[in-house]
Amino acid sequence: MSERTEPETARVAPRSGVFAWFARSRPTRPGETYGVPGQGDTLVLSLLTIALLIFVWWAVTAAGLVKPLFVPSPLAIVQKFADVWTNGFTGTPFWQHVAISAARVFGAFLLACAIGIPLGLAMGMSPVMRGIFDPPIEFYRPIPPLAYLPLMIIWFGIGETSKVLLIFLSVFAPIALGARAGVRSAAIEQIHAAYSFGATRWQVLRRVIFPSAMPEILTAMRIGIGFGWTTLVAAEMVAATKGIGYMVLTASQFLQTPTVIMGIVVIAAIAYAFDMLMRFLERRLVPWKGKM
Amino acid sequence: MALEVQNASVVYPAAAGRPPVEALSQIDLTLDEHDFVVALGASGCGKSTLLNLIAGFLAPSSGRIMLDGASVTGPGADRSVVFQKHALLPWLDVRENVAFGLKLQGKGRQAAYAVADKYIDLLGLKGFESSPVYALSGGMQQRVGIARALTCDPRVLLMDEPLGALDALTRERAQELILRIWQQTAKTVFFITHSVEEALFMGTKLIVMSPRPGRVAHRFDLGFSRQFLDGTPARRVKASAEFIELREEVLRIIFADEEEAA
Repeated sequence: MSERTEPETARVAPRSGVFAWFARSRPTRPGETYGVPGQGDTLVLSLLTIALLIFVWWAVTAAGLVKPLFVPSPLAIVQKFADVWTNGFTGTPFWQHVAISAARVFGAFLLACAIGIPLGLAMGMSPVMRGIFDPPIEFYRPIPPLAYLPLMIIWFGIGETSKVLLIFLSVFAPIALGARAGVRSAAIEQIHAAYSFGATRWQVLRRVIFPSAMPEILTAMRIGIGFGWTTLVAAEMVAATKGIGYMVLTASQFLQTPTVIMGIVVIAAIAYAFDMLMRFLERRLVPWKGKM
Repeated sequence: MALEVQNASVVYPAAAGRPPVEALSQIDLTLDEHDFVVALGASGCGKSTLLNLIAGFLAPSSGRIMLDGASVTGPGADRSVVFQKHALLPWLDVRENVAFGLKLQGKGRQAAYAVADKYIDLLGLKGFESSPVYALSGGMQQRVGIARALTCDPRVLLMDEPLGALDALTRERAQELILRIWQQTAKTVFFITHSVEEALFMGTKLIVMSPRPGRVAHRFDLGFSRQFLDGTPARRVKASAEFIELREEVLRIIFADEEEAA
């Protein structure tokens, strides 16, 4: 009978052991909401993880566990960066490699925005446009750019056109589809209210549906530019003499591993910086996102 | 008269083995100048369908809607709508939201804001002109919605359960505010609600609607809002024997109709 005399609270106390976390959540502190999945700040953990990864990398190379040909030390990457920064790569200054790659990616990105956003909105607004453009976009979207790269070259040559077009295609689909989905963001009450104040269809599109779709369009732009950077190296595989992708590919052919890693880090850094800029723009342009 | 619904029916066509559904059956309704007509009824009785007809979002299957002698063929600024929620534009601040209708009609910014400020003042939103609407409480958001609809100076103001999402206390204050504004602006109002008390307190005319098919089952002429506007406190109006008696009668009718339809 001893179990019966146990205090009432014992039944709700968390079980001990590995699975206690799964069994029951403890009450939260004031200012937090009970049961919100994954709440809490992550900055410290993220910084620690980065520091740990670099430390392990350094320790492995410093101990000589892996040959520098496979994994050069972090310091070697920094040195390579300094070297390329001052002396350039294959006779071209470093900034030109960065500039030409950025021009290709951002050029393709702007083109994709200029065409993809209006087209996506039109597809969201009109079944005719959706009927016409949905099949081709959905058909080519899942194909890896490397698969149609040869076609791009056959059709458009080995100049800038095929490079920018390849990146454009990879950016275009997510942006167009994001804009199309964004059309659905406007509440029907917002649309009806506008019509009841005498709005025309065009006014509803411009003043209600387009602003409502802005959060989704901005998210689609972030996703789209990500695809653009992914495609950069593929685009610079053919007949390029400048660009970060070209630099990485050339270095890999000569087994210059530090340059390869350095190029990857540079691409990641630019992409990350641009994403930060987009997030900043998001906070400025759509501070109301998710609030109504 | 301002607006007339003449023998209007709405029939949803038969689909997938089901017979056609008559959402509204032969509705006759007249909104005279400065009327406050309240539509009351359980869910599915066609209140919102009726409002959509008057607003011009929906065309009647038969019958017609006449506004000042002309047939209604679509939505327009002479019948602006206040919704329960989700109808404000969060990328615009309070003043821009209120001026939204006027801007749509091509009014210049200066002129539109001047009118907007007048209604912002009327709805007690002074000092919040530049606030983002998503930062406001539900009650204040509804006041922005009402101000916005009034700036268009509509012939008929359509209100689709405008207070349905507010808490009980805010709701009573908002009822009083709407009545005062109705008196000051001399608008003609069509107002939908679920609340019997709200319907009796606010309306000059009450239609009690009944489902399957949606129709006007009962009509009452009301004078409680007049009592309030003549100075009797709202709670005293709502607690009067006359009010309570009618409230219970209307509730009885609604429940009886429900059982009959079920």
